[in-house]
Amino acid sequence: MEKKINHPLQKYFRGPINYTTCPGCGNGIISQAILWAIEDLAMDFDKFAFVSGIGCSGWIPSPSYNTDVLHVTHGRSIAFATGLKLATPNIKVIVTAGDGDTSAIGGNHFIHACRRNIDLTMICVNNQIYGMTGGQVAPSTPYHSKTTTTPYGSIERPFDLSQVAISAGATMVARWTTFQARQLRKSIAKAILHNGFSFIEIISQCPVQYGKVIGKRNNAVDMLMDYKNRSINVRKAKKLSPDEVKDKIVVGEFIEDKQVPELTQEVKRLRKEAVSRCQK
Amino acid sequence: MVYIDKEACKGCGICISVCPKNILAFTKDLNQKGVPYPKMIDEDKCTLCENCMIYCPDFAVVVKKDDK
Amino acid sequence: MINNSKTNKTDFLQGNIACAEGAIMAGCKFFAGYPITPASEIAHHLSKRMFEVDGTFIQTEDEIAAIANIVGASWGGVKSMTATSGPGISLMQENIGLAVATETPCVIVNVQRGAPSTGSPSVHLQGDILQSKFGSQGDYQIIALAPASPQEMFDFTIKAFNLAEQFRTPVFVLSDSLVGHMRERVNFPLQEELILSERKKLEHYQGIHQKIFLDEEVAPMPVFGKGLKANITGSTHKEDGFRNVSDPKIMDNAIKKLTNKILKHKEEIIEINEHEIDDAEVAILSYGLTSRAVLETVKIARKNGIKVGSFRPITVWPFPEEEVEKLSRRVKTIIVCENNLGQLFPFVKSAACEHCKVISLPPKVLGTLYYPEEILEKIKEVI
Repeated sequence: MEKKINHPLQKYFRGPINYTTCPGCGNGIISQAILWAIEDLAMDFDKFAFVSGIGCSGWIPSPSYNTDVLHVTHGRSIAFATGLKLATPNIKVIVTAGDGDTSAIGGNHFIHACRRNIDLTMICVNNQIYGMTGGQVAPSTPYHSKTTTTPYGSIERPFDLSQVAISAGATMVARWTTFQARQLRKSIAKAILHNGFSFIEIISQCPVQYGKVIGKRNNAVDMLMDYKNRSINVRKAKKLSPDEVKDKIVVGEFIEDKQVPELTQEVKRLRKEAVSRCQK
Repeated sequence: MVYIDKEACKGCGICISVCPKNILAFTKDLNQKGVPYPKMIDEDKCTLCENCMIYCPDFAVVVKKDDK
Repeated sequence: MINNSKTNKTDFLQGNIACAEGAIMAGCKFFAGYPITPASEIAHHLSKRMFEVDGTFIQTEDEIAAIANIVGASWGGVKSMTATSGPGISLMQENIGLAVATETPCVIVNVQRGAPSTGSPSVHLQGDILQSKFGSQGDYQIIALAPASPQEMFDFTIKAFNLAEQFRTPVFVLSDSLVGHMRERVNFPLQEELILSERKKLEHYQGIHQKIFLDEEVAPMPVFGKGLKANITGSTHKEDGFRNVSDPKIMDNAIKKLTNKILKHKEEIIEINEHEIDDAEVAILSYGLTSRAVLETVKIARKNGIKVGSFRPITVWPFPEEEVEKLSRRVKTIIVCENNLGQLFPFVKSAACEHCKVISLPPKVLGTLYYPEEILEKIKEVI
């Protein structure tokens, strides 16, 4: 039907929903997954704050989402979110960042947030390329890819961002592709409830810039189908040899650790301790 | 019922590809952006699975149970 | 150490500690910082004290994160501060620009040290005067206060918080390693004597196009988590926070409003200490630590019947252009004494507008104190 009716997620937007992303961009699917997760949890949107950086991913919440949104400098979203969360621990702070944001310019903040186990939900949109600036190689671009800055093929091995997060101490880590939108939505809901640093990596299609690299230019559908074919759940992948999973995308929820103390609660503990020491 | 906001559509075709019943197809018309948009071709087969809605990057598809 | 005591208290304190205590007295509840000589003592002290006053201390992974943390905390509704030295300021610059553009109140203490690069960490130098004003991209205004003693480290930190809150802007305390490490008597005011400013807060959500930015009279600030739906971005934006990055008129409006927010209130912001200036033929312009040597010089000169006065901007930025212009009409010569090769000198010269002679006089050896004799010698040369 062509009749215009309001989208069920419209209530989460500041105005009419109008993403200026390229046709077929994964951002919109991820935006829906975030909002559906919040809808599923039936939580008050006013109690959420979104922090985002520079790059296409930064525009998922800013200025669209109808709650507090802080759109900051490239790579620093986690650092701003850390200050915000420490100052207002009662709100849920969600960071959306790209792969370059997370692992190149913001790599330092990323690993330290994992280590600190601060209660942030990090949504990492991994399109494996610098989309907004014109398709340059990223730390997540597959080995030997030809990009606008690696005309001979990239000579650096990529990061496995989820594994970086796990090694750095994140207490909830999951990876999905945009093809697993439903699983993604569930994992985001879980991450929002998780009391600690949660990292959700989403392999997302950039049909315009990354599409060029793999010869599927401007074809979001082919990229999604490629994700469908190559995705393998972590439970299955564990039973296979490294060679068998070489070209696969290992997806699923990797870890969930509820035992590690969370940073803002540690701060509260220190305050009590400090006051009682003063009184002695 | 599947509602498609044709002017919000950018013509990526994802909804068509994720429809388990293959009942969405591009129209021959173009919207104001100059791209073809999807159309429901066999409403009766629709299971209201919502795939077309949740995969649409442009929030252009709404799936709603009929109020009839 | 003070604990909201009801009585005045005097203590013998290091400048950096006085600064930390000033922050607490001003109501600072959030400190983020990265270790650096010669500013570390501020962090040492606040790592203990912040938790005692229901605040938060965090040692960040670098200075970029430190400034980002305090800006984030400020949007959470608390007064926040970081402290560092020149190299840290260099790292912070991009986010200082963001703090200016998003009109975020916060205090940045810069205990300056020998430079360039790693330089001489424990040598005092007023090397970051220009960096603190011009370090980030584009046209913008900043407020910077230059203390000369531990007492002023205390007082100016409180003043910095007040200005930050009043004008919704980052404010610098431009100390140096000698002032930071100097130990002197510091008097604490009574809590009830203190005048503390608080930011104008947005009380209720006023719709999608609520005006929360770019008001020359300072727009109300929405605090996060209260349903005020703050729309904050470092991209060029309009009064309601919505970005527009293509229309030069929007950018023009943003730059001018941000700049005017400070410049139109220069009279409220700028503070000058004048000493023996009324009948002076020669004025010595100095700020921060060097002003102490200048005061001594004036004393000696006056004893010898030489008409010399001291002109000391407490606020280095915004630069007291009108005040210097007035001064230049009253004296024959202005000698600019600063512990660098003349960072403020071109501004003094341009403000003086050929009304009088303006001379730059760095200390004989950079990073050392002036001997009053070397300033006196110059005075005798020019009169």
